[in-house]
Amino acid sequence: MPFIERILSERLGKDVSPGDMVFVPVDLVYAHDGTAPLVIEVVVNELKLEKRHARNRAFFFIDHASPAPTLAAAAVHKRMREFASRFGLGLFDAGEGISHQLVIENGLAGPGDIVVGADSHTPTVGVTGALALGLGSTDVAVALSYGYTWLSVPETVKVVLRGSLKHMVMGKDVALWLLGLKDVEKFHGRVIEYAGDLRAIGLDGLATLTNMSTEMMAATSVIPPEGLREQTTGLSTSSGYVDEVSVQLGEVEPMVARPPDVFNVAPVSSVEGVEVDQVFIGSCTNGRLQDMEVAARIARGRRVKSGVRCIVAPASRRVLLESLERGYIDVLLKAGCILSPPTCGPCVGAHMGLLAEGEVAVSTTNRNFPGRMGHRKSEVYLASPATAMASALTGRITDPRVFA
Amino acid sequence: MIIRGRAIKLGDDVSTDHIISGKYKFEFIDDMSKMIPHVLEDVIPEFYKKVSKGDIIVAGRNFGKGSSREHAPRLLKMVGIGAVVAKSFGFIFYRNSVNIGLPVVKAKVVPDTAESGDVIEVDLARGIVRDVTKGVEEKVPPYPPEFLEVVSEGGIVEYIKKRGGLPWSIR
Ligand code: SF4
Repeated sequence: MPFIERILSERLGKDVSPGDMVFVPVDLVYAHDGTAPLVIEVVVNELKLEKRHARNRAFFFIDHASPAPTLAAAAVHKRMREFASRFGLGLFDAGEGISHQLVIENGLAGPGDIVVGADSHTPTVGVTGALALGLGSTDVAVALSYGYTWLSVPETVKVVLRGSLKHMVMGKDVALWLLGLKDVEKFHGRVIEYAGDLRAIGLDGLATLTNMSTEMMAATSVIPPEGLREQTTGLSTSSGYVDEVSVQLGEVEPMVARPPDVFNVAPVSSVEGVEVDQVFIGSCTNGRLQDMEVAARIARGRRVKSGVRCIVAPASRRVLLESLERGYIDVLLKAGCILSPPTCGPCVGAHMGLLAEGEVAVSTTNRNFPGRMGHRKSEVYLASPATAMASALTGRITDPRVFA
Repeated sequence: MIIRGRAIKLGDDVSTDHIISGKYKFEFIDDMSKMIPHVLEDVIPEFYKKVSKGDIIVAGRNFGKGSSREHAPRLLKMVGIGAVVAKSFGFIFYRNSVNIGLPVVKAKVVPDTAESGDVIEVDLARGIVRDVTKGVEEKVPPYPPEFLEVVSEGGIVEYIKKRGGLPWSIR
């Protein structure tokens, strides 16, 4: 039985199947400064509640426009702090980092938990073995206030990773490879359950994969914890999976998603030479320690091409501190990178590095539609931190293996 | 619950960012009504002026894909959209719409046959979508009873306020 169905069946004390409408308790609920205003509005002005009836763990994260770049954002942050203290929510304030990363590294969610976040990339938390749903503000306000949510049980597609990655190829390249599948539609509205040689990607890389299940249009994705994994036999459909995709990791090359769409996937080699104005390394997709390590390894003893802005934003204070202790930050700063505090910042075009008209960026984030990182006529190539750093050094989109 | 309105035809892959660009989330963070002039502005300029109350959006694949932004369905409701019929929906957009009381219906045939201006009829309880103008009718999965109650009350918040609790209990 797929892992998500096991989680739901155990919680409800009866077997569930895809299509069943279920009502489930929520263990963890969270929102950030982009979505919290509407959550607060629903709880305070629409539901008119004085206190929380739910007993679940609940958190606010100030990560999107953080520290506040505008008066409007500052007012929102203030309202979030007041609401959190009045309704008994935990608060991660400006500078702590991006919500999904903080949930993972602080152990706020674990195997079998049901998690609801007011952000479309909440499925990132599936890397912990939780059922993590990214929902809208009303859904989150209800889960926050009453402790329950509803779900039409999605079907599950198993994605089996086999073998090991080539040098300078990362989890991000695997995510982009999956987005480039002709029949990528098969993930739509379903759960992606990863299996096989998971160690080959590493935990940070696996979180990149669960993160980008949103771009794959999946309902969510999950990495079942070791020991709870089903044997992969190839008889997947008979054991409850609706489909199976097998990835030969050794065949994955460094990839990009060309503007203006995540499905516009191509090997880096096919766009090499495109001139770049800005590089961004960070976000809930690729702001983790492994990403900082790879960027620093490539940048060591080299300089960012003059005329290129290379912004690095660790996804959390902990990633920043660890990177500092290991010397990565020193390397990156000496190479000419701009260090940003942990924030979503440039990823969502909120602040800290917007693109002007006609500018081109290589970004380790997850979205590249027109206007995502600034002007509607700027262009974003999504890539791994290795490709991003290599491109920052040459000023052109570059296959990172030239720096091997 | 039967909904009847004039079709506004849109294509595939209309994202939440098409419906309302993410940049306004921060620009007008305090007042959603200020976002109304920007609804679908890059798809149909001045969309908000062209909508009549009760119009039904008929779209292709993946309507409302992208961000979890609940502003998207809320703003569609605010400008007067009475329902959305599409071949498929973004997972979060679909939920958000039910929660805020905007009827959303998956259909296979009508999104291909309908043209802007056609009269569309949706019967949520029986699961029927009709293009009255073209004389096309198709069966779709009917809404589960809990959805129907939530949508006909105008959303989950209205439901809770009127009935004093959630529409479901743990079974
Ligand atoms: S880093 Fe980007 S994708 Fe991730 S939560 Fe922040 S804005 Fe969303």
